[in-house]
Amino acid sequence: MRNKLRFVHRGEIVELENIDPTETLLNYLRYDRALTGTKEGCAEGDCGACSVVLGDLHDGGLRYQAVNACIQFLPMLDGKEIITVEDLKASDGTLHPVQEALVAANGTQCGFCTPGFVMSIFAEMHTGRTPDRGHIDNILAGNLCRCTGYGPLIQAAQDIARADLRDQFHDRASATTALLQTLQKDESLSLTGADRHYFAPKTTDELAGLLERFPEATILAGATDVGLWVTKQHRDLPCVIHISQIAELRQISEEKNQLSIGAGVSYSEAWSQLAGYYPDFGELIRRLASTQIRNSGTIGGNIANGSPIGDTPPALIALGARLRLRSATGTRDIALEDFFITYGQQDLRPEEFVEKLFVPLPDGNSRFAAYKLSKRFDQDISAACAAFRLTLDGSRVKDIRICYGGMAGTPARAHQTEKALIGTEWSVASIEAALPMMAEDYQPMSDMRASKEYRLMSAQNLLKKFAIETTTPGVATRIVGAGGLAYA
Amino acid sequence: MRNPPAGTTEIRGRVNGGIVHDSAAKQAAGEAHYIDDIHEPKNLLHLYIAQSKKAHAKIIKLDVANVRTRPGVVTVLTAEDVPGINDASPIAGDDPVFTDGLVEYVGQALFAVVAETLEQARAAAAHAVIEYEELPAIITVEQAMAAGSYVLPSREIKRGNARDAINAAEHKISRTFEVGGQDHFYLEGQVALALPGEDGDIFVYSSTQHPTEVQHNVAKFLDLPDNAVTVQVRRMGGAFGGKETQGAWFAAMAALAAAKIGRPAKIRLDRDDDMVMTGKRHDFVVKFEAGFDKDGRVSGAEFILASRCGRSVDLSASINDRAMFHVDNCYYFENVTITSHRCKTHTVSNTAFRGFGGPQGMLAPERMMDVIATYLGRDPLEVRKINLYGKKTRNITPYQMTVEDNIAPEIINELEKSADYVNRRVAIRAFNETSPYLKKGLSLTPVKFGISFTATHMNQAGALLHVYTDGSVMINHGGTEMGQGLYIKVAQVVAEVLQVDIDRVKITATRTDKVPNTSPTAASSGADLNGKAAEAAAQTLKDRLITFATAHYNVAEHEIHFLPNRVRIGATEITFTELVQQAYLNRISLSATGYYRTPKIHYDAETLTGRPFYYFAYGAALSEAVVDTLTGENKITAVDILHDAGKSLNPYVDLGQIEGGYIQGMGWLTTEELFFDAEGNLKTHAPSTYKIPACSDRPAIFNMKIFDAGENVEETIYKSKAVGEPPLMLAISAFNAIADAISSVSNYRLYPDLDAPATPERVLKAVQDMADAARQTPVVEAAQ
Repeated sequence: MRNKLRFVHRGEIVELENIDPTETLLNYLRYDRALTGTKEGCAEGDCGACSVVLGDLHDGGLRYQAVNACIQFLPMLDGKEIITVEDLKASDGTLHPVQEALVAANGTQCGFCTPGFVMSIFAEMHTGRTPDRGHIDNILAGNLCRCTGYGPLIQAAQDIARADLRDQFHDRASATTALLQTLQKDESLSLTGADRHYFAPKTTDELAGLLERFPEATILAGATDVGLWVTKQHRDLPCVIHISQIAELRQISEEKNQLSIGAGVSYSEAWSQLAGYYPDFGELIRRLASTQIRNSGTIGGNIANGSPIGDTPPALIALGARLRLRSATGTRDIALEDFFITYGQQDLRPEEFVEKLFVPLPDGNSRFAAYKLSKRFDQDISAACAAFRLTLDGSRVKDIRICYGGMAGTPARAHQTEKALIGTEWSVASIEAALPMMAEDYQPMSDMRASKEYRLMSAQNLLKKFAIETTTPGVATRIVGAGGLAYA
Repeated sequence: MRNPPAGTTEIRGRVNGGIVHDSAAKQAAGEAHYIDDIHEPKNLLHLYIAQSKKAHAKIIKLDVANVRTRPGVVTVLTAEDVPGINDASPIAGDDPVFTDGLVEYVGQALFAVVAETLEQARAAAAHAVIEYEELPAIITVEQAMAAGSYVLPSREIKRGNARDAINAAEHKISRTFEVGGQDHFYLEGQVALALPGEDGDIFVYSSTQHPTEVQHNVAKFLDLPDNAVTVQVRRMGGAFGGKETQGAWFAAMAALAAAKIGRPAKIRLDRDDDMVMTGKRHDFVVKFEAGFDKDGRVSGAEFILASRCGRSVDLSASINDRAMFHVDNCYYFENVTITSHRCKTHTVSNTAFRGFGGPQGMLAPERMMDVIATYLGRDPLEVRKINLYGKKTRNITPYQMTVEDNIAPEIINELEKSADYVNRRVAIRAFNETSPYLKKGLSLTPVKFGISFTATHMNQAGALLHVYTDGSVMINHGGTEMGQGLYIKVAQVVAEVLQVDIDRVKITATRTDKVPNTSPTAASSGADLNGKAAEAAAQTLKDRLITFATAHYNVAEHEIHFLPNRVRIGATEITFTELVQQAYLNRISLSATGYYRTPKIHYDAETLTGRPFYYFAYGAALSEAVVDTLTGENKITAVDILHDAGKSLNPYVDLGQIEGGYIQGMGWLTTEELFFDAEGNLKTHAPSTYKIPACSDRPAIFNMKIFDAGENVEETIYKSKAVGEPPLMLAISAFNAIADAISSVSNYRLYPDLDAPATPERVLKAVQDMADAARQTPVVEAAQ
């Protein structure tokens, strides 16, 4: 066990001890290090003013990803490289090409969001991709600007994408890789104080053992939810177990007609495979989070936190996904829908953790669709989220799985509606006849996202939309959607 | 390079040229300092504000004894600790900094904990014992109207007899709609840092658009003379009106902590506290009625505007006045009555926000034009054109100001052509006929926005200019920089007058001991007022140099020419720096002040008539929308803008204001929804729940242009026009485009009752209502 946090900054390994394990990375930068270029705009990972870039080794290469420093806990830096806006200028003081592009495009007005945009575009530049406008929207979805209207920022991102650029981070990539490899060999991190514990185990066995000792511990993956417990609810988390250093939980693999996704796999890591099999699932992941959140947050976390408005559970339940839970005494597999018992209660014992998720692959006979309704298209919490998997026998419904988020205290299937549909002719007319059943399935609530009336009516209309799309191909039904999902 | 080679053929940074924002490089490098970025002084104290959890209640008990004993707590500040007047309002004296025993909104400050760390202060605040005696709370405009609850008396502007004209008209329509408020969502929240000085003086860094008002409020609060308080702001991380008045509350608290304890003190609101505690754009309920002829020409119009002002007056008088001044927009209403109700509610006091009531007022005539056009089965742009102000006749506003600079027809006509309005209208109708679920809509709306503070005395400004003996220049003025590019524009003016490169002109932080008694940077007036004041200062200094040179070189005045970075005196040329040095050695003062007051304006606040505005800024936008009739989801897909910036001082900056204003206005009218529950709790108080536009919300097609022929008819600074607020109202076209798409559901026979913001829920409801109404309304021949 190791009690010093170790990470790479400016080409050197930094060691810290006696730290508060739930101090945010942002506060560390701003108030401990006086690196005030990184800003706080919201302290909940929504505005991106705090964006920094983390470097780590992934698939054998050096990977740079933007994250929200405001909701990352400082010890989550362990084993990584951190890059902030102050690190980008060249040693002779000239602006980094990304910074220069933002200046040239008139991309700054009040300037408070600017460092975050710089870091998002910088991270994208280091992926080596050439993003189109749609993808630029995705990489900047988590950076809010209240002044410019975004045009100059898109321009800057496009200018960077068109240029073939190298910077000092490219130049020292092999040295950085060597430093990160050194850190990889470290023992697992264990910060224990009088009233605070923080563990970052490296194996699932270690994790299971820790949970046996500390069943009340908070399991931390990407901190895109748990981080807000601290920054928004000001909760004290006496014991935290961070699971992202566990290589076994970061695996994503195909086996026996199913995709196995470890609980520590980030949205970004699972995105392309899920989108490949289920384009609508990819669209859901595109819209439910920003790049920064996708880089940190996990599908495992989206399930384990038990939220009734998480967007992946409805899709996963409609697909018939299963969950593997593990503890020191063994594992058990359950259907994902059985995990959600009622609001705030899941089928998860204190010493258990979510180990992996099994998502059935398309069987060739069924259609899958998912829809997300929110006030803003990108990075917004759903008023309602719908997912359908339909299997036809000729023109009749052999099987249909309907699951909604935002309609009940948990993600929930529309069993009555499903029953009414199975065996019927699959047509818009028969769907309309079954729609009243949805009022039996769901009694949604009214809140600031939508009224119960809207939730029910739009939920019904989404099922109708699914019927339209499956029976009348070519008719325009979608305003947005990557990769040809939208009408135009 | 600290001293780049001087430009010889033309100075760098002249007026009318595109120049990047002065802070851009620093901002991109993370080196531009906002108040929370200032190196924290030793022994810094932190404040946390305990807030009311009730919308309307008497405070029966406020016991902070247990707060004082929590770890790290240095003191607790309540109303009893205020040595001066417990108020930080702009005018009315009705904004207690700490509760005086009554709370009138959820979030109102009860007391402040002063501790060694912010975390300690926040944790300690929860240990107070507070008992409320709840009183009935009025939350909405409807409730306030029913209860007769107002912060100010209702006002009326009347010309002719609108009622008779409507009754006599061939056709009439009437509608009521709601338009929501808007949170500023400046990225940098409210923040102040106060430093104690000797003699009890206080220095305050405040993120404020109005340093003078903060100074006056802090002085009044601490019972100090104004000259004991200095307020400074170099830049704000956005403001949009939200830092015009209410930043004073927080500056006053930090100053009190610093004064009482004798240590520096900082207060910085996190996003949730900021959104709960500070005011927003007023939401309105608007009713209008119009009588018109077969062509759509309005003969009589009545408007009733009722706004939610919140618990105190703040700037609601001027905001509602401005709303009344903009229900005409570009249109002549011969007989018109405009009534304004300023409702008192038990919610946070609403305040200035870009447009200052104008946008809410302007929505009414733009809705009216579309309703009339639909009623008559005519093209809405035709109806708009018929109602435009004339050039020589039909050119008096309801408030008796003559429109002398009407360029709305030219702008509308040019945009109609450049954006291909007619063909796109046809294409959209064709699309809608073949698309049963997604519907497109289009709208072209103009903007005419009055420029000047309606409070006439505020239309003045000062500047201070020094030239040092190395020829470098320092300019300071009363305007504040919130990202809008004021500093670079003023620096351009100074560079132009003195003919020196702009990199020789140092722009320094706005502070009350350099230029006193300033007006807020608001009402789009920053460059108009401060540019003119800086020009006057530079001209004074230049005149002084000319007078010196004529004597020193024994030449006539006309033989002296300021060329780029040099001066031709008779037959010889010397550098600007050489002339300055010679002047210094001959004991010529190289420091000057400048002062400006806007001419021509006058206004009777009792009758609401006169010439409140020096001039008008114009623009027009065409927006295209698509609506999903199954879900109400909607998106603005294309926009074309033609906007009048006069002779633009800096097109880069102005285009930034135009685009940013449109998108901000689009957010106000589409995704940004403030949701108060029945108890007055704001439930959308962070970006997770309050959705300002994100990158992908920017229309994929975004064409914008500054009106080439633009030139202010008045003697403004280099013939430019104000550009801060007017573009926001271009977004009315976005809202109306959505409504147009909904109208297609009735095959354009009916116009929807769509309230703003056009969230999916409101749009779906409007679609459903429209479909129901269309079924019940028999198809008749168009009225013509």
